[in-house]
Amino acid sequence: MSKKSFRTAINEAMAQEMRRDPRVIVMGEDVAGGQGAPGDDDAWGGPMGVTKGLQPEFGRDRVLDTPITESGFIGAAVGAAATGLRPIADLMFVDFMGVCFDQIFNQAAKFRYMFGGKAVTPVVIRTMFGAGFRAASQHSQCLYPLFTHIPGLKVVVPSNAYDAKGLMIQAIRDDDPVIFFEHKMLYDDMDEVPDESYTIPFGEANLTREGKDVTIVALGRMVKMANEAADLLKKQGVSCTVIDPRTISPMDTDSILESVEDTGRLVVVDEAHPRCNIATDISALVAQEAFGALKAAIQMVTPPHTPVPFSPALEDIYIPNTAKIIEAVRKTMR
Amino acid sequence: MSDAIKPIGMPKWGLAMTEGKVNAWLVQEGAKIAAGDEILEIETSKITNVFESPHTGILRRRVANEGDTLPVGGLLGVVADASVPDAELDAFVAEFAAAAAAAAVPPPEPVMVDAASWQARVLKLGPDDSTATPLLMIHGFGGDLQNWQFNQPDLAADRAVYAIDLPGHGGSSKALTGGDVAALTQAVASAMTALGIERAHLAGHSLGGAIALQMAVSEPARVASVTLVCAAGLGPEINIDYIEAFIRSDRRKDMKSTVETLFFDPAFVSRDMVDDLLKYKRIDGVLPALRTIADAVFAGGKQAAILADKLAGLGVPVQAIWGESDKIVPVAHAEAVANRHVLSGAGHMVHIEQPAEVNRLISAFIAGA
Repeated sequence: MSKKSFRTAINEAMAQEMRRDPRVIVMGEDVAGGQGAPGDDDAWGGPMGVTKGLQPEFGRDRVLDTPITESGFIGAAVGAAATGLRPIADLMFVDFMGVCFDQIFNQAAKFRYMFGGKAVTPVVIRTMFGAGFRAASQHSQCLYPLFTHIPGLKVVVPSNAYDAKGLMIQAIRDDDPVIFFEHKMLYDDMDEVPDESYTIPFGEANLTREGKDVTIVALGRMVKMANEAADLLKKQGVSCTVIDPRTISPMDTDSILESVEDTGRLVVVDEAHPRCNIATDISALVAQEAFGALKAAIQMVTPPHTPVPFSPALEDIYIPNTAKIIEAVRKTMR
Repeated sequence: MSDAIKPIGMPKWGLAMTEGKVNAWLVQEGAKIAAGDEILEIETSKITNVFESPHTGILRRRVANEGDTLPVGGLLGVVADASVPDAELDAFVAEFAAAAAAAAVPPPEPVMVDAASWQARVLKLGPDDSTATPLLMIHGFGGDLQNWQFNQPDLAADRAVYAIDLPGHGGSSKALTGGDVAALTQAVASAMTALGIERAHLAGHSLGGAIALQMAVSEPARVASVTLVCAAGLGPEINIDYIEAFIRSDRRKDMKSTVETLFFDPAFVSRDMVDDLLKYKRIDGVLPALRTIADAVFAGGKQAAILADKLAGLGVPVQAIWGESDKIVPVAHAEAVANRHVLSGAGHMVHIEQPAEVNRLISAFIAGA
């Protein structure tokens, strides 16, 4: 056990599963280092260095650089999964996913259902998401609500290095297509991560804080903000439970409902665009299933309904933050 | 610095502790205190417990204030005779920080030891040059070497004290060659050999107690004494519902209520304790290992290895220490042992709930053995 970064945790998960299971392969743009020239071997490890070291250990047969053609290599990964491999496809930025929706929505997500349970599609699609990287509106979106909408996909959004490793190993061993969301502002975050392999089951929320006054649900990077808000509020006499669902399909609705039944107040923090996102989904769930327990209107902390701005000043205002979460919690206490 | 002045430093409870918070002083400045007296309540991220004075004398200075957070080894207070002048005390306190910084040694870390058929994680505390017979501490089902965090540092004042992770537990390898008491005893014996320990005092908690006793039966020459803490191996009854719930619980809420069964005072069960248990159980190989051990040791809901009838002819001194409110192994099982101590206000984790008394009993017992 030692402190490892979010990046290292995901790298270690992939490497350990590749050692354990020869069917696990990695494919994507620049994951092995370049377009096959000898000097390029392991040059990058993907744009954030997450796959670094895999190509030297497992070779180019199992770590495949692909052309810049998401529609092609995501389709290839889905087909490989349906025919016996367990591919991890790296789709760099989730913003680019639009060119391969058919491969994901109509093929990968449907095989098990349409072949009467006789087909499995054990593919993991890793992708980066989130604002804060000064990467403008085509490289900063969250978009996990789109995938949560589709039955047949599993959607994972880790918030820390420990969870990232356990959820990645679980994703690789899972027989269904898993979209694995990595927030680009978390890669350097450190956490105690065991050296051994371990799995975190899908659909099991983590309670990062426990309190009695307000329930805050947050995802990905927003969990950090929610924890900060809860710690500051605690000093002011307001105790909050912070729930990190970790996976939003399946989602641990029991933990959310049980907590709201205790606290009577709900704040949902979501970095995704505000319409039809996870905040609206959880708000609807609680309004329907725990209406009688609510002591105040549910509050949602989200960005405005605009593209992510390129201007650093505007981007900082755009992203939900600790102060906005505290304000929302205060609203539920009035 | 005068030898007549003795510092009281922030203890290190568990591998992850780097600092502790002084919740409350339990004695006044100027009070006469004896080694083993409870003098402070200290809170870490994992647990809150009382801290016993390592020294006897007069508490001349309470250096740390209530609410202060100090690093491990930080100066909490100073014990000295009444004859030591105030100026000397002040100089000691002033010099302490500088001296501590200069002499800072990293805290001992557990090491992996290659035993015959497994890799054991072992934490050794205590002087390297001690010739006293070492003490080996063996945790129970689902536990790890950190279960002895309130005992091992104290007992290591004058001898080497080893705490070991059983196969399938803690940081040890998770594959088992067998899950019954005999197989686990062989594993521990092979780890002793790998560590170069010819003969040791053994202290075993719960399942670890049965292992210690089995070792005394099968290899008496290697065992100087046995301390059984709420031990298995003395009668058929076991709280099998707890064992099954521990294996089954994979959510925080279930795990919390399950491990609360272990304590007289459920407030000992912190968020971090529950978290650590869930994290342990998620590691590859742990669930099969726990299943194999439970099926072998507690087959059909009864203890399979009962060694109580072996006590009479055993050439090894044995004592039993039990929590009066043990809800896992009945306190009545202590009656098999002539030298027994039943402590009130404690459950199955008596060594965590009443560390001062447990440490005193173990020290006195092995000193006389």
